[in-house]
Amino acid sequence: MTTQTAPQGVLVTTTSASTQTPSSTRPPDTERGPAGGSGSGPGSDEPPTPPRPRRLPSPIRPSSFGAEDVFLLVASAVSALCLVWIVFYQLTSLSGGLGFLVAWYLTFLALTWLGTAQVIERQVATDRVVGVVVVSAALLVIGLVLFIVVWVAYKALPSIHWGSLFTKDQKNFQVADPNALRQVGILHAIIGTVEQVLIAVAIGVPFAVATAIYLNEVKGFGSRTVRTVVTAMSGTPSVVAGIFIYSMLILTHVLSYSGFAASLALVVILLPSVTRVVEEVLRVVPSGLREASQALGAPEWRTVWSVVLPTARSGVVTAVLLGVARIVGETAPLLFTAFGSQVINWNAFSHDQGALPLVIWSDVRQAQPVLIALAFQAAFVLMSLVLILFVLARIFSRPRGRKGGTRRGDSRPVEDDLMARMFVPVPIEESTDT
Amino acid sequence: MTTTLPPSSAPVDPDRPAAFAGTHVLGEPGQIDADGVCAWFGGRLVLESVDLVMEKSKVTALIGPSGCGKSTFLRILNRMHEVVPGAQLAGSVKLDGIDIYGPGQRAMETRRHIGMVFQKPNPFPAMTIAENVLAGLRFSRISAPDKNDLIEESLTKGGLWNEVKDRLGELGGALSGGQQQRLCIARSLAVKPRVLLMDEPCSALDPTSTLRIEQTIKEIADEVTVVIVTHNMQQAQRVSDYCAFFLAEENQPGRVIESGRTGMIFGEPTDQRTFDYVNGQFG
Repeated sequence: MTTQTAPQGVLVTTTSASTQTPSSTRPPDTERGPAGGSGSGPGSDEPPTPPRPRRLPSPIRPSSFGAEDVFLLVASAVSALCLVWIVFYQLTSLSGGLGFLVAWYLTFLALTWLGTAQVIERQVATDRVVGVVVVSAALLVIGLVLFIVVWVAYKALPSIHWGSLFTKDQKNFQVADPNALRQVGILHAIIGTVEQVLIAVAIGVPFAVATAIYLNEVKGFGSRTVRTVVTAMSGTPSVVAGIFIYSMLILTHVLSYSGFAASLALVVILLPSVTRVVEEVLRVVPSGLREASQALGAPEWRTVWSVVLPTARSGVVTAVLLGVARIVGETAPLLFTAFGSQVINWNAFSHDQGALPLVIWSDVRQAQPVLIALAFQAAFVLMSLVLILFVLARIFSRPRGRKGGTRRGDSRPVEDDLMARMFVPVPIEESTDT
Repeated sequence: MTTTLPPSSAPVDPDRPAAFAGTHVLGEPGQIDADGVCAWFGGRLVLESVDLVMEKSKVTALIGPSGCGKSTFLRILNRMHEVVPGAQLAGSVKLDGIDIYGPGQRAMETRRHIGMVFQKPNPFPAMTIAENVLAGLRFSRISAPDKNDLIEESLTKGGLWNEVKDRLGELGGALSGGQQQRLCIARSLAVKPRVLLMDEPCSALDPTSTLRIEQTIKEIADEVTVVIVTHNMQQAQRVSDYCAFFLAEENQPGRVIESGRTGMIFGEPTDQRTFDYVNGQFG
């Protein structure tokens, strides 16, 4: 706090305002007294007992779980299991794993409710059951994702041959060779995917950002129509994007089967998704910044280029990376554009080109275990690629470094909010007046 | 952070004209004459025939209850009104005799001469403190002969230099609210405006920061004409030389009820409504 020589009369308000602060922190102080009083003697003169959070009489929120709460849940689960087992397999002759699981889960919820209502009270019981439903739904989703990842890794990793996977293509594959995995790899597919995605990004992202700027900053003629078109486009099935390029450019002999044709199909998918995310990101840039820029005499393009886009920079980067993650695994549009190839083709502009999704799609249906393993390895590589992209997105979505000492709570710039609010449409605050 | 005024701020003022005078002709305080200014939002008249002179090198405070058109009037003075969709206006605003709404006058150019500080501090979050100060120059493609001098000079005038001189490379958003607002003032001053408009610059700030901003206003007043909208009567009394009282009566557009020297408006207003307002009878 800086205090320089100032009129005395005004400083009085300052000090009175600062004396307000300790008095406002006093209520918790006095509340701490009785809570700590159970441990030490009441009204003792010893001040240095560190404050401890009070245990509230009825633990309503699941965050205040204690041992007995956990025990209650576990007991409910176990007794539900036993009960359903008896009903399912002993009393009635039902069968089926899924039905058993569902019945167990529902019984578990019911028992949890009953138990909590007995031990604590009914309102807490309802709250806890809802909490259990929410948490178990989240665990189910996380579990599914983990299962997919682990399953692919389990199928891919034991047979993986790192030496050839990233250095060879599939042209040396021989059915009879027991060591065939040492002779084949997916380099051709990696090259194809990287080239196709890079070209798609190079074409699609400038258009997407420009469209988002048009929709949100220019708000020009027909921007509502454009927004509708973009929304409709984002609902286009990806196979339609492939058919579109196939029928417009390949059947008409404008292009041959090539990685470039695949890139164009991917642009059709990339464009609307990136546009929509960037538009949301631009929308949360505070309008005060635009006004400030204009009030400094900046033309509109300057405002967009120097203020709006840099403020939304991390969000835009995230949008692009998410868009890339979206198209990198697209298979359908590649089927009749890149067409797939067993050999390395560095030139994306002529002849068939491989791609990771195409390797998965074609090889996993083969009879030879080697090719199936290769498909799973390609899937593993693809998944890792997407994972890397998402990690990059997280890193880029952090605010720019270069901060020395952090100050107060308001030290985090707008960009922090952007990630959190990226998918939440925020009404544009119009300039307030008078 | 407790700071003592270092001797380094002393040579700044003599340097100032030499450092910047050659690059563009701004910098002299200007006088604004508003003549018959009316404003509409979507066809609704919100401000009716305001005649007001904002004298050179003086601080003019616009006071009045909410919704009486003060901010609208202020935004008309640097052509920020027309940015709002559906906004229209009539009358003329002259900066040293030249109508800023005249033919051939460009809004961008006008805003460079007539700067603005907003209610909510709005430093550019993606720029460092130094970049924030230089933003106006960058936007207008004006080159400063010595950027470091200009940064120091502007921040000194904004009353922020001593607090941030060691952390110019940090982001503008890392400052406290009051510091951010002073950074915004410094940013506006860096383009050497002739008039600085302030739209309730202290309403989001604590008393200490308010005090610092008021000091800043007093210090810059001889270099730039200041027009300030405020809801704080004491603030108007403390900082302003002239005062204009705006009022919008029920279902009526806002008008200037009375204007004149601050001492007169607060001491012996001629209109009963002014007396009631400045004495806290309403609003």
